[in-house]
Amino acid sequence: MKKVDLVIIGGGPAGMAAAISAKQNGTDDILILERDHCLGGILGQCIHNGFGLHRFGEELTGPEYAYRFEKQVKELGIPYKLGAMVTDLSKDRVITYVSEEDGKTKIKAGAIILAMGCRERPRGALNTPGNRPSGIYTAGTAQRFVNIKGYLPGKKAVILGSGDIGLIMARRMTLEGCEVKAVVEITPYSGGLKRNIVQCLNDFNIPLLLSHTVSEIHGKERLTGVTVSQVDENKNKIPGTEKFYECDTLLLSCGLLPENELSIKCGIDIDRITGGAIVDNHRETSVPGIFSCGNVLHVHDLVDFVSEEAELAGKFASDFLKHKQIKRKNDVTVKAKGAVRYTVPQHISLSDEDVKIFFRVGEIIKGARITVSAGDKIIVSKKKPKVAPGEMENVILKAKDLSELEINEIEVKCEKEANDD
Amino acid sequence: MYDVVIIGAGIIGTVIAREFSKYCLDVCVIEKENDVARGASGANSGISHAGFDAKPGTLKAKLNVRGSRMMEKLCRELGVAYERNGAIVLGFGEEDEATIKRLYDQGIKNGVKNLKILSANEIRKLEPNVSEKATIGLFAADSGIVSPYGLAIAAMGNAMDNGVKFFTNTEVKRIIQENGFAVVETDNGNFEAKIVINSAGLYSDVLSNDPEITVRPRKGEYMLLDKDVEGVISHTIFVCPSKMGKGILVSPTTDGNVILGPTALDIEDKEDTETTQDGLTAVADGARKSVPNVPLRKVITSFAGLRSVGNTGDFIIKYSSKNLITLAGIESPGLTSSPAIAEYVVEMARESGAVPFRKKKSFTAKRKIYKAPPEKYNNIICRCETISEGDIISAIHSNPPALDVYAVKKRVRAGMGRCQGGFCMPGVAEIISRETGIPLEKITKSGRNSYILLEKIKEGLK
Repeated sequence: MKKVDLVIIGGGPAGMAAAISAKQNGTDDILILERDHCLGGILGQCIHNGFGLHRFGEELTGPEYAYRFEKQVKELGIPYKLGAMVTDLSKDRVITYVSEEDGKTKIKAGAIILAMGCRERPRGALNTPGNRPSGIYTAGTAQRFVNIKGYLPGKKAVILGSGDIGLIMARRMTLEGCEVKAVVEITPYSGGLKRNIVQCLNDFNIPLLLSHTVSEIHGKERLTGVTVSQVDENKNKIPGTEKFYECDTLLLSCGLLPENELSIKCGIDIDRITGGAIVDNHRETSVPGIFSCGNVLHVHDLVDFVSEEAELAGKFASDFLKHKQIKRKNDVTVKAKGAVRYTVPQHISLSDEDVKIFFRVGEIIKGARITVSAGDKIIVSKKKPKVAPGEMENVILKAKDLSELEINEIEVKCEKEANDD
Repeated sequence: MYDVVIIGAGIIGTVIAREFSKYCLDVCVIEKENDVARGASGANSGISHAGFDAKPGTLKAKLNVRGSRMMEKLCRELGVAYERNGAIVLGFGEEDEATIKRLYDQGIKNGVKNLKILSANEIRKLEPNVSEKATIGLFAADSGIVSPYGLAIAAMGNAMDNGVKFFTNTEVKRIIQENGFAVVETDNGNFEAKIVINSAGLYSDVLSNDPEITVRPRKGEYMLLDKDVEGVISHTIFVCPSKMGKGILVSPTTDGNVILGPTALDIEDKEDTETTQDGLTAVADGARKSVPNVPLRKVITSFAGLRSVGNTGDFIIKYSSKNLITLAGIESPGLTSSPAIAEYVVEMARESGAVPFRKKKSFTAKRKIYKAPPEKYNNIICRCETISEGDIISAIHSNPPALDVYAVKKRVRAGMGRCQGGFCMPGVAEIISRETGIPLEKITKSGRNSYILLEKIKEGLK
């Protein structure tokens, strides 16, 4: 069986950044396995700009951002395979992949980085009543048709879900000549970045219907319209508020789901809230030598943080290869409290570095207080004018503070500031 | 002039076609949709019933039990997945206990083997996730599961391999009598036939020319659960039947999903296959009655099918006029009965003497499967179900050819997984376009006007 030191599953922004980081850390025997016929992952179809503001100080398009890493991968001579779909993964780090070039192949890896990204929640999972006509797509699939294949799905659209992909596609479809009648969002707030609301909806006079949902789908062969209803605070439809929108296209932007089939296959512990692996600050999963980063670990908003996280995974996977047995000592559990829904990492292996904890809240809070505490001791406390589910937050724990911890559990909490300033 | 023209490529029409293809006859199947099994045959529970539910002495009872015995062999010949997983009918309380005992006796009368009445404890031993409120059960070891559209596709394919012609997008307008033969008038020309088999499902009454036959639609809604709930139950779990039907079941499918449903609602419109909020809620409630912790969060899709309910309460299989055999009201247990129905109908045709019956020496029971170039089997297109380009190419070119996205889906499962085609649909559509020469903007989801795309972008600039 072929042996490779470091195998990276996924050649998107996470996979590429991890590979570069590992190479720069001294690991040479790397192989990226990518199922598409080019590197770049989902960025290839994200032709809008706004990527790289934090990392490069520029507003790049998706392909431009991806290309910066692809160039480095090639310059560093990091091996990669395209059209290679990983179909199996075992706990003892045996990877099975299938490609036209190589057929079915098994590789024994010294370490693995999972960077498979995520998929979109489909209509079927929404259980919307009605017929099953053509004309219904998840926003990403529509994006692939428009931006990569060069085809317009339809002429009149309604978009369900105000996540970033839905907002971006509202603008994209409009620019290609489609009439986007409304973006419908079941919660009272939008799930996407504020700048996308402005640049994709407001600038194009596309109405955003908050606290609404698509309650029925019409049309037997091709979509002919949707019924939109208002919902109450429990997301139940309010009878009598139904309104019919004539359209031939319905785009769904109703959530991203980390694609962890392989992780589950090899028995990695999965966090029920993120849908991704449970990891420590080195991004190592519950299976030694298997690391995870990017959207497969938790859904990010900004690719800049994907790259940053992937670099961690790459470095520590490389370290793992150098000192084969890293004992997990001084492990500190991170608990989510208050409005915090989840944290990544979920636990910390103490060492000499600072640790950045990413987290998301479950509700909008204006005037929020974020605290990290260990028992009674407060380690970090900061204020934020506003936190929202659609914008990932982070808090940095200094190595010094971590080394002085007397207990092995810390809490990351977010709540409304008691006093109004 | 055809010896036999079969109207409708549902499970009944296709299995009948395959049976006729064993003889030296000119046979064709006419279907108004773009593929087989686009009606009820594509939207049902997929159960091969043991036969205790049908009333003794009826055609339903006789053909159910016979079909149930023939199903395994037929599926094996055609390469269709079939599993004799057994069924348990649950009884909750005194009234149901009487029903269970009645069903047991009925089953014995119908000739059903391997029936057993179970106590509450015995039920829970077999199926720990079944409701604690179930006090009694009827266990039918001979009950099985099968893919209804999988069987229709394979039967039609094998029939075509053996010489049967298949005309899609051809809708029958009426059937008239000429001198000693029938003329089937369609929107795609006329077909002359010595014998016509009218297996047109919901419209078999309309085509029968017989005012004594009426068929009414009874809607059944379903939900399908993700494969990763496999193991929640392994037998098909029924509740006691009512006069509307067998009730809402919870069953594994041959693909590893779990299916919930169907409801039963008499409606007027023979084209109304919409799921409804009430219907889906009823499915959830019904499923929970049998399996309280059924993981409803794991729904991946929902759909509705229309049963053909005949006005006599039994299967109607008769000469509705000269040369015209009408099959009407083939609701449950239609799928199970299909091999037996085919046998029965072919025998009717033989007895009529209208056509000579000689066995076809060259008949091959196994399907001819088109082989794609070997490296194409290593190019995975559908990630969720691990389906390759080779599988899809094979589906497009094997009989019956797959010419839309749904047809590929029903043959190889691309698009049936967790993401429901979000990832693979563009790839599938492109492969169909490339292999058939149909331009991408003319590729449909399931025929007629169900185009998946409108036009090339920037087209308006020309």
